Amino acid sequence: MSDVGSGVANVPARVALSQPGAAAVVRLAAPWFALAVAFAILPAIFTSGSALTMLNLMGIMIVFALSYNMLLGETGLLSFGHAVYYGLGGFLVVHAMNTVIHDRLSVPLPVIPLVGGFSGLLFGIIFGSVSTRRAGTAFAMISLGLGELVASSSLILRGFFGGEEGVSTNRTKLLHMFGLNFGPQIQVYYLIAGWCLLSMVAMYALTRTPFGRMCNAVRENPERAQFVGYNPRTVRFIAFSLAGLFAGIAGGLAAINFELVNSSEVGAGQSGLVLLAAYIGGIGSFIGPVIGAVLVTWLEVMLSDVTDVWQLYFGLLFIGMVMFAPNGIAGLMMMHAPLWQARAYGSMLRLALTYLVALGPALVLLAGLILVIEMTYHLSVKASEGTAISVFHVALDAASVIPWVAAAILTFGGFWLFRLTWPVVGAAWHEAFAQAHGTGIAK
Amino acid sequence: MLELVTISTLNGVLYGMLLFLMASGLTLIFSMMGVLNFAHASFYMLGAFFGFQIGQILGFWPAFIVAPVLVGGIGALVERYGLRNVHRHGPVAELLFTFGLAFVIEEIVQMIWGKGPADYRVPASLDFSAFTAFSTNYPAYKMFELLTAIAIFAVLLAVLTRTRVGLIIQASLTHSHMVAMLGHNVPRVFMLVFGVGTGLAAVAGVIAGPALVTQSNMAGLLGPILFVVVVVGGLGSLAGAFLASLLIGLVQTFAVSINLSVADVLGGIGVAPPVGGPLFDLWNVTVAQIAPIIPYLLLVLILIFRPTGLLGTREH
Repeated sequence: MSDVGSGVANVPARVALSQPGAAAVVRLAAPWFALAVAFAILPAIFTSGSALTMLNLMGIMIVFALSYNMLLGETGLLSFGHAVYYGLGGFLVVHAMNTVIHDRLSVPLPVIPLVGGFSGLLFGIIFGSVSTRRAGTAFAMISLGLGELVASSSLILRGFFGGEEGVSTNRTKLLHMFGLNFGPQIQVYYLIAGWCLLSMVAMYALTRTPFGRMCNAVRENPERAQFVGYNPRTVRFIAFSLAGLFAGIAGGLAAINFELVNSSEVGAGQSGLVLLAAYIGGIGSFIGPVIGAVLVTWLEVMLSDVTDVWQLYFGLLFIGMVMFAPNGIAGLMMMHAPLWQARAYGSMLRLALTYLVALGPALVLLAGLILVIEMTYHLSVKASEGTAISVFHVALDAASVIPWVAAAILTFGGFWLFRLTWPVVGAAWHEAFAQAHGTGIAK
Repeated sequence: MLELVTISTLNGVLYGMLLFLMASGLTLIFSMMGVLNFAHASFYMLGAFFGFQIGQILGFWPAFIVAPVLVGGIGALVERYGLRNVHRHGPVAELLFTFGLAFVIEEIVQMIWGKGPADYRVPASLDFSAFTAFSTNYPAYKMFELLTAIAIFAVLLAVLTRTRVGLIIQASLTHSHMVAMLGHNVPRVFMLVFGVGTGLAAVAGVIAGPALVTQSNMAGLLGPILFVVVVVGGLGSLAGAFLASLLIGLVQTFAVSINLSVADVLGGIGVAPPVGGPLFDLWNVTVAQIAPIIPYLLLVLILIFRPTGLLGTREH
């Protein structure tokens, strides 16, 4: 993780926080202002209904993944049951909306996610007091146990969780303000975008407070944090509760978006998904989970249209990231930051060229693997539908030998060629860094 | 009543021994590598499906031997080329690697055998009733499962405590550097234990497959219970895992046969249970219905009152 690097980089920001000059305020607020503008104009660029639906899902996932990163990335708590707070937030939001509709209370929809946030916080406090005594494997196991406990209970307590079909609501029946009834998708988009931005600012600000720093200290060295005078257990407990708060907000937004919550929202699948999203994006930085949330949501929607076994590709991507890029996509990008700072554009260009050279065989390898997976799937599960399939718009017969030979050649040949490019990329990498060091800018 | 107790005890011990077949491998792997193998139940599932598929071709008995060996081999390969590489990224990455592996194995099983249950049947040679207890016919296959589990338990115990290999394994758990100094290949010992551990899980899968449902969600159903067993027993304690396996096996089996709810108890002592409200289910749920969540309740209680587990010595 790039803790040392980010620690050094953060010093100016903290000085700026303590003495907010006009220029510093502008520098702090500028990225968020740009993000707000981007959120505002996104629907004008992606106008189709399905794109808007996907943007909504991304907004929800960003909040959820960032809340997860408060645990895993900031405090070092690996949770396998984070969906509990997301799902319970969603359920309480749906019940709150139904109560508001039933009793004709004058509560507008935009404040409803607060209900989710408070329920997430409440359950975070309850379950956190049990589970945050210890970190590491024990914490991971407790979170798994609590997750299973709530998921199993959700199928038993049908009155509250609505059984198999879940609990539904109608978001348009609440108090209308400024002529907004939240029927059209676009209005829901701006509601989600607003809450997403608010949550992002809040969570980012939290990482910049002394409390955020203590979370990092507890992650790195709990014993030393204790020597400085902070109880690691208290720090973990507060971080856990706050993560529950934001997960609850995300769950509430999801409930408003779908107008339906069912017991799968508290289940292991949802907990696994947020873990995948945060980790693939990169848990070492604030931007990582955002990248992960956007990518995972996009892949989920896009891949599930193309192939039935999309979750397998998902899992393989995850294992690949764990094995070869433990700091995620953001970590991969950060590796190049010293080159960028050294303005070593020439060597960066050469490095990019070697990446392109390696990309060719990698794509061949990938095509071979996809061919094997798709043909296996069609031969076994979908055998009744015939053996003729089309992969990349190429018609094939999965029962004949030739496609299998082709797949084997693509896979092994691709891997062999890919393996040949590794030393080339490595050499270009070392050369680029040697040059950057030579200029004396990169440290 | 006596009949219920006898049959439930037999079934409970059987379930507990099956759990222990898996928990023993999981505990050994945890003691050595300090990582809980999330995919352990997936190897159990692979064992069941391999047993089913090989059984279709060669018959049950060859499959009973071949499937665990194959799965153990896969396990050893996973350790050698996966886990060992991830080790340098730290324990979180290792845990996440096995988590991803569990995910991928489930998807691969779905890809090959589909989502529905496989038609994995009790072999004809064991498809008769062993004895009649009171009025219930107890199937011979269940006795076979029980005897297999006990036999493996005995062999495992003997190997670990009475042989040279067992001594080296035990020494590698606590003093891996010293064992390496003495000229033993510790990484190979790790690979061996991982392979044997996953192979044991596969044995459990082969023999449990026909009795339970062989389906792609069987790992997801059993995996969390397995973690409860090793945490309740005490992480890294083999004796604790044995005790916890039996405890959870018995508790779950007995809970399923008790049809009693809070409302019944309240009614018994003359108090009318509350009617209505969003939590009214709480009063009418029977013990049998909450049987699936009892292990998790036990886990939470153990972690609050005895964080080291029943027989564990160290806090993790």
